[in-house]
Amino acid sequence: MTIGRLRPLLPYILLAPGVAWLAVFFVVPMYTLARQSLNDGTLETGFRFAWEWANYSDVVDRYQEQFIRSFRYAATATVLAFIIGYPLAYAIAFRGGRMKSYLLFLVVLPFFTTYLIRTLAWQTILSDQGDVLTTLRDIGVMDITDSLGISQNGRVLATPTAVVMAITYNFLPFMVLPCYVSLERIDRRLIEAAHDLYGGPVRAFLRVVFPLSLPGVFAGSLLTFIPAVGDFINAEILGGPKTQMIGNVIQSRFLEVNDYPGAAALSFILMAAILVAVLVYARLLGTEELA
Amino acid sequence: MAGNDRLWLPSWRRRFTRRRLLKGGALAAGGLAAAAFVGCGGDDGSDNGGGTPALDSLNISNWPYYIDADTVANFQDETGIAVSYTQDINDNNEFFAKINEPLNRGQNIGRDIVVLTDWMAGKMIRLGYVEELDKANIPNWENLSESLKDVSFDPGRKYSLVWQSGFTGIGYNPELTGRELKSVNDIFDPEFAGHVTMLTEMRDTLGLVMLGMGVDPAEARLADAQAAVDKIQEYVDNGHIRAFTGNEYGDDLARGDVWAAIAWSGDMIQLQADDPNLQLLLPEEGFMLWSDNMMIPKGADHKEAAEKFMNYVYDPVNQALISAYVQYISPVQGTKDAIRDVDDTLADNPLIFPDEATLARAHVFKPLDEDEDREFNELFQALIGA
Repeated sequence: MTIGRLRPLLPYILLAPGVAWLAVFFVVPMYTLARQSLNDGTLETGFRFAWEWANYSDVVDRYQEQFIRSFRYAATATVLAFIIGYPLAYAIAFRGGRMKSYLLFLVVLPFFTTYLIRTLAWQTILSDQGDVLTTLRDIGVMDITDSLGISQNGRVLATPTAVVMAITYNFLPFMVLPCYVSLERIDRRLIEAAHDLYGGPVRAFLRVVFPLSLPGVFAGSLLTFIPAVGDFINAEILGGPKTQMIGNVIQSRFLEVNDYPGAAALSFILMAAILVAVLVYARLLGTEELA
Repeated sequence: MAGNDRLWLPSWRRRFTRRRLLKGGALAAGGLAAAAFVGCGGDDGSDNGGGTPALDSLNISNWPYYIDADTVANFQDETGIAVSYTQDINDNNEFFAKINEPLNRGQNIGRDIVVLTDWMAGKMIRLGYVEELDKANIPNWENLSESLKDVSFDPGRKYSLVWQSGFTGIGYNPELTGRELKSVNDIFDPEFAGHVTMLTEMRDTLGLVMLGMGVDPAEARLADAQAAVDKIQEYVDNGHIRAFTGNEYGDDLARGDVWAAIAWSGDMIQLQADDPNLQLLLPEEGFMLWSDNMMIPKGADHKEAAEKFMNYVYDPVNQALISAYVQYISPVQGTKDAIRDVDDTLADNPLIFPDEATLARAHVFKPLDEDEDREFNELFQALIGA
């Protein structure tokens, strides 16, 4: 009886916790940030709301370079993560056999250590005087990478290579796992059917497996690309003054310069830019279920 | 320095925590910073309720690892004043952002002593956020080093007293540079390309580079800052400067990735304990001297107790305990003699007890007013890529 009367309300009751959560932890901070981004003044004199749109044009003018760099690094890292991660996911899904769960465990194993420590470890590994670079230098590899512009004067730290490489490393599991899930879900009979229709392994892959795994690729790319654009730890720890990303700028505007309006404006521009990039990507890939 | 290893640790840790760990905390998605905030949040305003100006308690906020284990207890025993000593200052700007609002509205911030670096102390004084010290309660203030008695941001030390000081010079590894360095400008030697770092602290980096250009940082104008920034920019663009760092240059120097770095004296003393090869150059053109300063925030409940504490730590015998632990430059005259009773080897370390001739070559950055501070900062932040 009671439940019968409540039934029409049930969906709303079930939605309530989620809506409340979003309202408190998404809408309110967003509103505050949006308001902050239009403020006028300084920390010392106090901030006043003033529809200060100039905050936006100012930071766009000043930090274009870091914006473009962030998107370039994130895109490169996403492509690299795909090149490394997709074959890995494929191998685990189709050739993993009994080892599947162990292999997946190994993929997530790095998460057992904090992000910061993993990134700091690269500082030691890539040290100019470290074993890795010394060996590479001795066998002449550094000369080749130097001439290709991947390293500079025989060093990797404080170059774009170190930053992009570390981003790729840190976000690789986010690419592997979604790819694995969609590859694993593929009905094997479809591949057999492709073979029956005289599709060789390559064509079976290109016409059947890869298209069916696209939702995973799409999800993996977003999970890698979006946090990578706003990342600042890798650039901070492994980069130099010429590899600073937009995340570094936002961090320093908030915490060092105390320019809250500028930092808030930057955050909104970043959000909008990511949204546009994702929409374009979704349109190109045509995955209606995720777009 | 032998047999003193145990004592080296705290100064490094203090510096590590102060300059870097919190930065690391901010990096780690605010994890550590959040922990620090949660940890000290309870102190905020906890003492506001009573409101009776009393001598029975005292709330001090200072940087981590910046006092020995006994001084607070000794002070309590001697005076009967219960001290709540909180290590909740990790960054000048961050701490300022925290206390600015209440101080601006004339509210008590629940602290009777805060310790901030010169330029931030100057800002606090300029904004009228601190109480004038009653020197009658601090007769020992006379022990303050002569060179620190009359600083530009607080002439006559009416509002602030130095807690500890340190030098900013050039740390380098002679084995890697292949020669002894003498001048600030030696760090621009093309031979060192890609192996030089500078500090993200504007006053340390710009100050030292200005000295190399023959400009006194105490008189710096915007044009001087621009010139210094332009000069550094050139070396950023050609890849000479590897990075702008906080405390991380210590690791980089130890690993050999960095050959020469703008460095703090406390760090270098510690690094030398591990690698005696490393040198701290106090350049011939001069070098930067910074201090962290005790101040009483406006409206503090226990001003007199705070002054008593200042007086207590300005007694060389008491100061010697602090100095032996933190191993920065003590601002209190007479500590050098007093410290012989604590640890004889420390008295002869020129970086802990510099002579007057050395101190005379040290420079303090000009106190910038709000507009200058913003203008200088804009230039510098653009330079370091943020």
